[in-house]
Amino acid sequence: MGGRCIMANLIMFIILAVVILGSAVMCVTTTRIMRAATFMLFVLFGVAGLYFLLDYTYLGAAQISVYAGGVTMIYVFAIQLVGKRTLQGLVERVKTSRAVCGALVALVSFAVVALVLLKNEFVSKACCSADGGEVPMEVIGQSLLGSEKYQYVLPFEFISVFLLACIIGGIVVSRKEEEK
Amino acid sequence: MVPIEYYFVLSALLFFIGVFGFVTRRNLIAMLISIELVLNAVDLNFAAFNRMLFPGELEGFFMTLFSIGVSAAESAVAIAIIINVYRNFHSDQVNSIENMKF
Repeated sequence: MGGRCIMANLIMFIILAVVILGSAVMCVTTTRIMRAATFMLFVLFGVAGLYFLLDYTYLGAAQISVYAGGVTMIYVFAIQLVGKRTLQGLVERVKTSRAVCGALVALVSFAVVALVLLKNEFVSKACCSADGGEVPMEVIGQSLLGSEKYQYVLPFEFISVFLLACIIGGIVVSRKEEEK
Repeated sequence: MVPIEYYFVLSALLFFIGVFGFVTRRNLIAMLISIELVLNAVDLNFAAFNRMLFPGELEGFFMTLFSIGVSAAESAVAIAIIINVYRNFHSDQVNSIENMKF
């Protein structure tokens, strides 16, 4: 029973990883900006699926509603607003030399990071991989709004003020200046 | 559970695909989309660390939650700036912005 469960988890992980990586590569290499936004949506859905796989159901729901529902809509609106001629049918020209340079930098850095992450012993020493199960909603609410140790009412309030500041900032920045 | 190394490799790959996009593209919105990929990779790492190493605690969980909120706000402001840049310069390439004030 346990073995089959692990197998199913692994298969789900592999499917999600293939979706995420394929969409991410398409997202950064496609020349049309609207397609890039669409592929980003698939990446976000894949990451939400990974949160579900980790039993963080609340995080997955937040990811879908905030990212896939909100941020992607902002991007699509921006692409439509910025102009018909420039963006929607845009075929961006990417210099080959710059692409090769970027790929080289990314590959070397990935090799370094993967080596550090896989070769160090801290993680395998500390890892117990206990199956915590789903985090109950009551615990999330209590620690989001409590003021004890390991409770997060202060960042919660900060982020609400921050969101207000961002709304005002967005309005101020994108407002049309009146002619004098 | 899936071994934690798989999550490491996946999020590192996602991160550096985002970095590659950020270095390569010269379109403002495409660069912003690459930044979103990078942020998602980091969020994924936080959640995986929390689940695999400290399943009783919730620090990584809340870090991811706040990071989702912050990045939504950040992308809203960045889009506002991009629309303003387009309105002033009639282009959305990075190279077209040579002076901030005119």
